[in-house]
Amino acid sequence: MLADQDRIFTNIYGMHDRTLRGARTRGHWDGTAGLIAKGRDWIVQEMKDSGLRGRGGAGFPTGLKWSFMPKESDGRPAYLVVNADESEPGTCKDREIMRHDPHTLIEGCLIASFAMNANTCYIYIRGEYIREREALQAAIDEAYDAGLLGKNAAGSGWDFDLYLHHGAGAYICGEETALIESLEGKKGMPRMKPPFPAGAGLYGCPTTVNNVESIAVVPTILRRGASWFAGFGRPNNAGTKLFAVSGHVNTPCVVEEEMSITFEELIEKHCGGIRGGWDNLKAVIPGGSSVPCVRGENMRDAIMDFDYLRGELGSGLGTAAVIVMDKNTDIIKAIWRLSKFYKHESCGQCTPCREGTGWMMRVMDRLVKGEAEPDEIDMLWDVTKQVEGHTICALGDAAAWPIQGLIRNFRDEIEDRIKMQNAGLGVAAE
Amino acid sequence: MLRRLYHDQPDNFAFTPENQAWAEAQMTKYPEGRQASAVIPLLWRAQEQEGWVTRKIIETVGDMLDMAHIRVLEVATFYFMFQLQPVGSVAHIQVCGTTSCMICGAEDLIRVCREKISPKPHQLSEDGKMSWEEVECLGACANAPMAQIGKDYFEDLTADRFAQLIEGLGAGQVPVPGPQNGRYASEPSSGLTSLSDHLNRGEAHNASVERAVSLADTVKRIDGTEVPLTTPWLKRDTPQGAEAEVAEVSAADEGPTIVACQPKALAASDGDADNLKRINGVGPKLSSVLNDLGIFHFHQIAEWTPQEVLWMDTELTGFKGRASRDNWVEQVKTLMDVDAKSSVDKSVETG
Repeated sequence: MLADQDRIFTNIYGMHDRTLRGARTRGHWDGTAGLIAKGRDWIVQEMKDSGLRGRGGAGFPTGLKWSFMPKESDGRPAYLVVNADESEPGTCKDREIMRHDPHTLIEGCLIASFAMNANTCYIYIRGEYIREREALQAAIDEAYDAGLLGKNAAGSGWDFDLYLHHGAGAYICGEETALIESLEGKKGMPRMKPPFPAGAGLYGCPTTVNNVESIAVVPTILRRGASWFAGFGRPNNAGTKLFAVSGHVNTPCVVEEEMSITFEELIEKHCGGIRGGWDNLKAVIPGGSSVPCVRGENMRDAIMDFDYLRGELGSGLGTAAVIVMDKNTDIIKAIWRLSKFYKHESCGQCTPCREGTGWMMRVMDRLVKGEAEPDEIDMLWDVTKQVEGHTICALGDAAAWPIQGLIRNFRDEIEDRIKMQNAGLGVAAE
Repeated sequence: MLRRLYHDQPDNFAFTPENQAWAEAQMTKYPEGRQASAVIPLLWRAQEQEGWVTRKIIETVGDMLDMAHIRVLEVATFYFMFQLQPVGSVAHIQVCGTTSCMICGAEDLIRVCREKISPKPHQLSEDGKMSWEEVECLGACANAPMAQIGKDYFEDLTADRFAQLIEGLGAGQVPVPGPQNGRYASEPSSGLTSLSDHLNRGEAHNASVERAVSLADTVKRIDGTEVPLTTPWLKRDTPQGAEAEVAEVSAADEGPTIVACQPKALAASDGDADNLKRINGVGPKLSSVLNDLGIFHFHQIAEWTPQEVLWMDTELTGFKGRASRDNWVEQVKTLMDVDAKSSVDKSVETG
């Protein structure tokens, strides 16, 4: 288990002083100017060496992403945009950073912006987080008053402005190009790539979009060294990570742990075990709604990192939002609810997603009740394959995968329900 | 989901002075000419003031940001947090119904809403005080099930506690938001398993709850006095605000000796007026401001002297400095060249 002195977010529950003074006593904003003085190349190299992979779900190496930004400006400004549009069902980790440990994020914004030649950074927070927005804005104001932002930010010689912007309840705006569109005052519809944001992003200028957690861990990694961070977790899955555990565990919580911790340890140490014991575990969605679910019995020894969950279990770490379901759960209905979510959130730009999400939800509707023919399961599988990979952004994939996970892992249950219904016995689970 | 404007619209809308100041401060966050970026925050502020987004709000915000009204309507209908029909006068309750909350009992909460408020979402209760809807994941999954009431999250709910909350709100109470089962934030409810030196709590409430409690009445509609928007980023170079700066800069660019003077104004357009919106940075609002100042044609703008540009810069209410910043004189010359060329082309084709 991770020791407290190795935790990056030392006030994640907000029980200590949340002001700038409190953050400083916990070591934030310490020697920021010195880190910046080491130069852009050193920072980017250090981030690459740390092995940090983006914390927003896709797991793309953060240092590498930064290195895509132009080294010299061609006259256009560069922007850092922080993706705080946390809306993936199951995910509630960035909220805790922004309301309780906001100075980790603000300091990270300064350093990351400097490393990418950006004098301006926008944080795009989801619209529903109203109190969190107020808390974060208060922290930004504090930082301005203390000279940590603005002209010659933190005495580093770098001029830096940090603005907080908010959305209004659209999941799709968590996709980076949709987020940029939304930030420009338009509907949040993803853009075709290329051009990638690093070439032409916000207002047509070079832009990098990073998740809140990816940025908030930067100052601590630089202060303590890349090798310290890389020392946690298995190779290629380095670091510490905020896990958000919800559903049928005894004590759901958000907790920072080492990458590659086993599922059992995570649940036993922090979540008080599975409700009703391990034998009562039915399924787990290990990385937020977009990754396929995994059968409970395969999950107990699972290693919680990108490579294991994808390679061994055909799922993914995603945002490390773990949704636990016990044997009382109607798993078909749980996945149906996700289908409803994706139908609601499809932006309507690409036909396979706009039509496909609705179609899949309607079939799932009938599967929940068992009012279907067994061969419709294969048809549903087929349709998910036709949506997957045929859309501009990954929402189509994200809508397809949970259903694929359901069919792969719980086909017997769907078939049983259809048989029961056809035999006139109704739905047992209801 | 089909989202249309409500059939019964109020006749007017205006931001309160404080909200107007807030909106103008918000607009300073974006680069010059990118004010459209502020459309979501401004619409939201207006909704917080009025309860829901009306046609007049859309038009007002469009005019403030120099956006076509249809673009603002697009935004208002695309984003689900904008309520396009009246909501309960006391509270609009949004129950999270996505998987994490659903498996923890959100369906019971929705049942409470159906019983206590109205059988259908987006329908006002009989006394008009409440309305409700089921929303998609609100991002507080470790505290499921939960609901958002107004601006606050009420977490770790049970059906009984939720029913109490709704009754309390109807009776004029202001409930304390946050976890309703004694939890502090999103830590394990049985006690801390990490960061255990945090047990000596320095703060009474978590950050979200503290903000709500410090504002006292969080149920009423905002008038803008509650949480002002400070603009520390303007302090360093524009002590008198952004507009003063623009005027100073343009004066400095032209040299201090130039005296502004008004260009020749027409009482009405001479034949067909040119479409001034073809100038980059000129929208419907600015175009009508120009008409009011007696400017209808490209050739008028093309003849402006630097003194006249300066005069325009200071007279464009709400758009100060635009004439020189966007270099209108050069722009209209190009437009006139293009027009001349295309009319030649046309006469070649037809001839």
